[in-house]
Amino acid sequence: MFEFVTDLPRYSFLQYALLTGLLASFASGIVGSYVVARRITYIADGIAHVVLGGIGVAIFLKKFYKIDGLIPLHGAIVAAFIAALLIGLVSLKAKQREDTVISALWAIGMAIGIIFISKTPGYNEDLISYLFGNILMVSPSDLWLLAILDLLVISFGVFFYHQFFAVCFDEEFARIRGLNVEFYYLLLLCLTAITVVVLTTVVGVVMVVALITLPVAIVGLFCRTLWKTMVVSILVSCFFTTFGLALSYVPDWPAGATIILLAGIAYLIASSIDWAWKRGRS
Amino acid sequence: MELVPALLIRDLSFSYDGRPVLTDVNLSIPVGDFVSIVGPNGGGKTTLLKLALGLLKPARGEIKLFGEKPEKMRSRIGYMPQNMRFDPKFPAKVMDVVLMGRLRKGNPLGPYPKTDKEIAENAMQEVGVDSLRSRPFSSLSGGQKQRVLIARALACQPDLLLLDEPTSNLDLMFESEFYDLLQKLNERLTIALVSHDFGFVSRVVKTVVCVKQKVVIHPTTEMTGEIINDIYGSPMRMVRHDHKATGDSFPACLSS
Repeated sequence: MFEFVTDLPRYSFLQYALLTGLLASFASGIVGSYVVARRITYIADGIAHVVLGGIGVAIFLKKFYKIDGLIPLHGAIVAAFIAALLIGLVSLKAKQREDTVISALWAIGMAIGIIFISKTPGYNEDLISYLFGNILMVSPSDLWLLAILDLLVISFGVFFYHQFFAVCFDEEFARIRGLNVEFYYLLLLCLTAITVVVLTTVVGVVMVVALITLPVAIVGLFCRTLWKTMVVSILVSCFFTTFGLALSYVPDWPAGATIILLAGIAYLIASSIDWAWKRGRS
Repeated sequence: MELVPALLIRDLSFSYDGRPVLTDVNLSIPVGDFVSIVGPNGGGKTTLLKLALGLLKPARGEIKLFGEKPEKMRSRIGYMPQNMRFDPKFPAKVMDVVLMGRLRKGNPLGPYPKTDKEIAENAMQEVGVDSLRSRPFSSLSGGQKQRVLIARALACQPDLLLLDEPTSNLDLMFESEFYDLLQKLNERLTIALVSHDFGFVSRVVKTVVCVKQKVVIHPTTEMTGEIINDIYGSPMRMVRHDHKATGDSFPACLSS
């Protein structure tokens, strides 16, 4: 811990990692609050895994057809938006088949990714970094990307707060009040998709799932309004990423996995305390 | 008084996956009426409400809300859904829920303007839930939730109040207050509610609409045990209340 503090001013990779954690906390805290409130975290998980398909195709096209401008992020964006719109339409039009469709897309996306990556010469080693990312190898351009994402998510999340709230809490009533429910629901899913994509390419799939779900799940145990949930989740998430990074530094553990484990254990402890407390009162 | 009826339904039929739910429905609710929609479970009461709200499309026939298509005029409705379907863990305060009544097309972005908050505040006072404004919605009792949802419907500043099972969760304490409240509201707006509570029906309601695939309309004065048995298909005990005879309400039974 102490070494982390003394080394922080010396190594830019540590500063970048710290900043990545903090920036990622904003987008995931806001999107996560909506997604958890509406109970659609599995949609975010589904999108995160479909992204692999896009990344695989992009890597393959780049190597095989020598398209230089193409980066994995491009494929990820395309795949994520396709997944978000497909899942969104199914969930609006045929609710009872939603989970099946998500499972199907999840499996198809990952299978496509694996096949294309395996057919790309010399690219097999990157699968682990796709799953867990490497927060210690973040570049300044990644940080800019995260900053732009935060700007986007914060402005949409704040400007359309009441619309998103209404669509998440009572879709039918929102429709009667003249709100374009389809539009706002799909907008929310697209916001989720873009968050998932950017975070996936920087910190990996598992960390995306963890950051979107776990801080909000902990905060949801005691926070009773949506906007407060957002603010407190961001703070909690900042704590996990910073503390996790510091904790992993000296024993040289993988930083991403340490952060995830820390958040996961905190969630289990918090919900056990909550459960015991409620049992004690009743 | 407006001559265009609040709700007009002509020759309407509706079915779910080929199973007829409503057939040949004709119904007119004049402005100022107080209608109770009664009938057995699965008889089509909620379906009728959803058709009136434009949430479902009829297979045949037409629906006019204040003389226009429901989608166009439904902003004049204050709708209270059944409260069982809300996620008990959703992070929302009472005020957040009531303010939803101020949603509208082209809502301003960002926080609600002050006037909207005042309207929501008045609606809460009218229903007597203003002291709950900062409480989490999920922590309320069934009856309190129902009153908050009525406040939300009133915050729409509606001309027609549609209530789905408003009496199902009411605490007994509040029940008679609730009748008085609806009677007072009926002075300024048309009310239609779905109810299984016949005692409630005869006391304050002017017209009874019986829904069991077909729709039959009675002025409350005509309600007898025989008609009720006919609707529910089994003998039922009827609690008599003081009938409020209303000569000006709906003329007669349409079909049977």
